[in-house]
Amino acid sequence: MVKHIRIALGALMLSVIGLLALGGLSPAQAADTAVIGVLTTPGGAPVEGVKITVTNEEGFTESDTSDATGAFRVPLPSGGTYTIEVDTTTFPDGIALSREDDASRTLLVLSGEKKLLVPLSEGGESAVSASGDSTLDQIIQLFFDGILYGLLIALGAVGLNLVFGTTGLTNFSHGELLTLGAFTALALNEAGINIIIAAPIAIVFAAFAYGWGQNKILWRPLRRRKTGLIAAMIVSIGLAIVLRYTIALVFGSGPRTYQQFAGQVGISIGPFNTTPKALILGALAAVALGITVLWLQRSRIGKATRAVSDNPALASATGIDVERVIAVVWIVGAGLAAFAGIYLGMTQSSIWNMGQRMLLVLFAAVILGGLGTIYGAIVGALVVGVFINMTTLFIPTEMKTVGALFLMIVILLVRPQGLLGRKERVG
Amino acid sequence: MDFGIIFSQTLTQAIGITAIIYCLAAVGLNVQFGYTGLLNFGQVAFVAAGAYAVGVIVLTFDLSLWLAILVGILASTLLALILGIPTLRLRADYLAIVTIAASELLRLLVRSIAFKDTFGGAQGLNGKLGQQFHDLNPLPSDFTSLPVLTWTRQDLWVVIVGWLLVVLFTLLVWGLVRSPWGRVVKGIREDEDAVVSLGKNVFVYKMQALVLGGIIGGFGGIVWAVAKQSVQPDTFQPDFTFFAYTILLLGGAARVFGPIVGAIIFWFLLAGVGELLSQMIQAGYIDFLSATDVGSIRFILMGLGLMLLMIFRPQGIFGDRRELALDAR
Repeated sequence: MVKHIRIALGALMLSVIGLLALGGLSPAQAADTAVIGVLTTPGGAPVEGVKITVTNEEGFTESDTSDATGAFRVPLPSGGTYTIEVDTTTFPDGIALSREDDASRTLLVLSGEKKLLVPLSEGGESAVSASGDSTLDQIIQLFFDGILYGLLIALGAVGLNLVFGTTGLTNFSHGELLTLGAFTALALNEAGINIIIAAPIAIVFAAFAYGWGQNKILWRPLRRRKTGLIAAMIVSIGLAIVLRYTIALVFGSGPRTYQQFAGQVGISIGPFNTTPKALILGALAAVALGITVLWLQRSRIGKATRAVSDNPALASATGIDVERVIAVVWIVGAGLAAFAGIYLGMTQSSIWNMGQRMLLVLFAAVILGGLGTIYGAIVGALVVGVFINMTTLFIPTEMKTVGALFLMIVILLVRPQGLLGRKERVG
Repeated sequence: MDFGIIFSQTLTQAIGITAIIYCLAAVGLNVQFGYTGLLNFGQVAFVAAGAYAVGVIVLTFDLSLWLAILVGILASTLLALILGIPTLRLRADYLAIVTIAASELLRLLVRSIAFKDTFGGAQGLNGKLGQQFHDLNPLPSDFTSLPVLTWTRQDLWVVIVGWLLVVLFTLLVWGLVRSPWGRVVKGIREDEDAVVSLGKNVFVYKMQALVLGGIIGGFGGIVWAVAKQSVQPDTFQPDFTFFAYTILLLGGAARVFGPIVGAIIFWFLLAGVGELLSQMIQAGYIDFLSATDVGSIRFILMGLGLMLLMIFRPQGIFGDRRELALDAR
């Protein structure tokens, strides 16, 4: 029935293995800057004759065609930002990209060889947009994937929304909390610690260092100085740029995967196709979100958080230590964001701008649910996750983010306070 | 280490084509954010609209560049209207999120495979976009180079016309903010409700500011397409807008000459640091960095600069703190 997803995952895994093998076999040219990769079918057969073109904004153009072993290599004059296009018209019959987004992407290439992953699928337009009698299965599959993606978005969005609710700060550097979490786990992982142990350590570290620490060093002093909210928003943009490029400087610009579970064989549960790691991560995310909700509902500090979110001045007047609540919110928010980053790093890969890419989706979720409403982020995230996946039935996969952003703009037109927001003037 | 080369390269970039493009974007932002208080985080979309108008009209449809400039103005206006209608009634932070989302939405659309025939996909549109403009170049054909400033004949022609455009728009803004219109939009920035109570249609004024700032930004895109003869979607990332904000805030928002001063100082510093680091790495004074790290370091310094500026001197170098009250809610 719906074998496409499994095929695509298999292809992804095989290309990873293929690339690793290639990386091991050709150390001689490691000093040259180039984009390299191997194209194989999900079954492992090489795909020959596919044209890969690399360009940059200075007008550089170079291309290569994959050889009999499926390998290609495009030499570059120097590091920099390059756009890499896979000419899908040169594919042999029956071969397609698993992700249509891969037809064209822009990467920052530092010196050395940059391995390009091009997961391919066999027999069909693309993995998720096959047509025919399996439409119902497809809808079920997309819904399921959407819920998993929605849980990931929710992890990121809860912190964003809690910080907004308690301090009024629209934090444009929240995406970098995801990236920092993913790369902290990566650093631990590459130091030899299994990701199962590295992930919780990274999350706790992120919660205190990047959450509590960031609030303590930056945002609390700014609040004391009575820095305006727009000024604070612009400060967060500056911070986002600093963090993002520091990560690029330290870890390089290519996508990285954890040493364990990088490629995992897909499984089928009834009509769903997935991987065990995605299921486990999704379940853990649901548990983490459940605990957060319970904590907000039942615990003293959780109730205080909701009170501050409602009205900081009034909460302060009733004896709530607002600054303490804000510190706790940063810890929780950064911890959940780090979890989201590791989730993304495990199911896809870690890259220096992963948080930036997620940020607008997070905003879409938060605005959909209601900016500043505590539970809005979770509801909004699930809706956005399912919506993004479902729209691929009607629009090309490469444009699925467009759908989410469009949804956000429509919501603002129709119901600016969001699904769960109270009706108030936001103009 | 050749300080002569470092200096000449830095100065060339400080008043070069890129500085002009960012300066135009910042002049537009000054109208929107500096004077009217609209937190437009999607200025790059207007620049892209201008650039793509030139690309599509000249390359895809093979029509005149002068028509393309007209289309660029229309496209910027249209974009401002489409963006403004849903967002101008919203609070500043909503406006910020929606405009940045719209700019990304637009970028994803033009780079998509679905519209590749029109917009050229991820490679964009590359070709003789500005030929008609370069044909008018009055500089002698045996021109080699100015002393110190290392522009080619073609670049110098763009630089001259580019700065003329900057001056023209700066004079326009200078005139406008001293007119009754300018007083109304500044009033909107300070206290919208007060202006409403005076019977002014705030929405219309905000829209006019958004359109005007958008058109000026669009001219940045037109200069880009003509000068670089290439329009590529991934150069129109949100970071472009934030660069323009840094320039505006550096020079001083709500100051007529803020964007010009800001752009020159910004590019002088950015290019200077880049050149200096590159030379030091080449000469072997720094061995823990590679030449490709310089790009990242420039961005880090720029982000740090934006943070420190906003924290310690939000009015910029020449701004007046009383003029610009940055706050919402």
